[in-house]
Amino acid sequence: MRSAMPQPRPVGWRGIDILQLILSALAVAAMTVSMWAALYYAPPASNLAGDEQLAQRIFYIHMGCNVGALAGFLMSVVGSIVYLVKRDLDWDRVSQAAIEVGLVCGMGTILTGMFWAKPTWNTYWTWDPRLTTSAITVLVYLAYLLFRNGIDNRHTRARFASIYALVAFLSVPLTFYSARIFRSIHPVVYGAENVDAQGGFSVGPTMTQALHINLIGFCILFSALLVLRWRQLRNEDAVAELREEIA
Amino acid sequence: MRLNGGALAYLGKVAAVLIKDVRAELRGREIFSTMTAFSVLAVLIFGMAFDLRVPRAEMIAPGVLWVVVLFTGVLGLNRSFGAEVDRGTLPSLLLAPVDRSALYFGKMLANLIFTLATALVILAVMFFIFDLNLFQPYNLVAMLLGVIGYVGVGTLFAALTANSRARETLLPILLLPVMVPVFVSGVALTAGVLDGKAWEDLSQWFGILAAFDAIFIVVAYLLFDLIWEDA
Repeated sequence: MRSAMPQPRPVGWRGIDILQLILSALAVAAMTVSMWAALYYAPPASNLAGDEQLAQRIFYIHMGCNVGALAGFLMSVVGSIVYLVKRDLDWDRVSQAAIEVGLVCGMGTILTGMFWAKPTWNTYWTWDPRLTTSAITVLVYLAYLLFRNGIDNRHTRARFASIYALVAFLSVPLTFYSARIFRSIHPVVYGAENVDAQGGFSVGPTMTQALHINLIGFCILFSALLVLRWRQLRNEDAVAELREEIA
Repeated sequence: MRLNGGALAYLGKVAAVLIKDVRAELRGREIFSTMTAFSVLAVLIFGMAFDLRVPRAEMIAPGVLWVVVLFTGVLGLNRSFGAEVDRGTLPSLLLAPVDRSALYFGKMLANLIFTLATALVILAVMFFIFDLNLFQPYNLVAMLLGVIGYVGVGTLFAALTANSRARETLLPILLLPVMVPVFVSGVALTAGVLDGKAWEDLSQWFGILAAFDAIFIVVAYLLFDLIWEDA
């Protein structure tokens, strides 16, 4: 029998707990700075006016959430592959934690996007490729969590969930590509110009700084949440194992 | 892949699994009959739902066709491994001295036959209900490619969900979001065929379908071995 957990640990504060606390405090500080940068520091977009100009500030948070979601889903692929190779449940917990945090960020991306789209596109939702892909991706990973709940054996659950996570992740680029052949109105702020885009704006140096602050801030938040959830899942499994021993 | 006795022997094993499933279906008449009954019902319901509000059937026919194919396919896929679990025959199937991938390809081909047969029935029903001839070469190729990708992923997911609680409800939740590329390309192709578009306008969509089929059958083949390693 593979033992999933290390031996009983000492009670009280340990080095890793203090590191965790520092990381969490750092995340709070980073979020404060990010909000300040997005709402005060960044100048208003000069080519927009009224509600549209105000709503443009959501862009920084939108991109931050987006980076969190991307990091989560990429991390889940790494976790799944390493789990299937090494069969160490810790990596399965990495996948699960990454997907849960990624899902929260993904929903944040969709919600902030919708609140921005209402004043800018005059609709909460359109079937733009990025919107389509983000919605389908969130559904795919919600299905992942539901699927996990349906399997009782801990090792089977880890194996099946890893297989599903890999297949699901591969479908995302194809979803995006197939949706992109339809016409797109989502602004492309970096890279290629999209002639059909609506509500676009160009980014000046201060705005780039604000964006970078937000991207870094959300990365710190993501790491803090990921580590917290990962440790929580470890403890959950440890408790479940102890219960089994008693029974 | 362990090719004991060469590729022909391997194909023989795939065929054995396929023939077993087809024979069980011919004797039990469980999968195809429920799939056709459901699909006819679904087309009729869609026909009624849109009858008063949609001026021309061409507007909704592509969506109706692919939604009905995808939803009907789930019924067959659920039975593919579900029936083995319910009858207690899965362990003996796994004991067969063949590579696990032969089981995957055999089951996949059986699902392909059932789903394609149902798709033909759907096309026939739509011919009468919507007065649309969808038996056109490009549309038939699109359906073939789409259904291959669908059962390719579907057979893998059916095997994954076969032993879980709430098997019947989990499979569509896992499968349908992954099927979005097939669904979007299929709807675009059927619509393109109805609009009389030329090959140049359709080839991109055929490319997506072909890429989907190739990628996911290879991935499913690689991952299928991992499912029953403790059984």
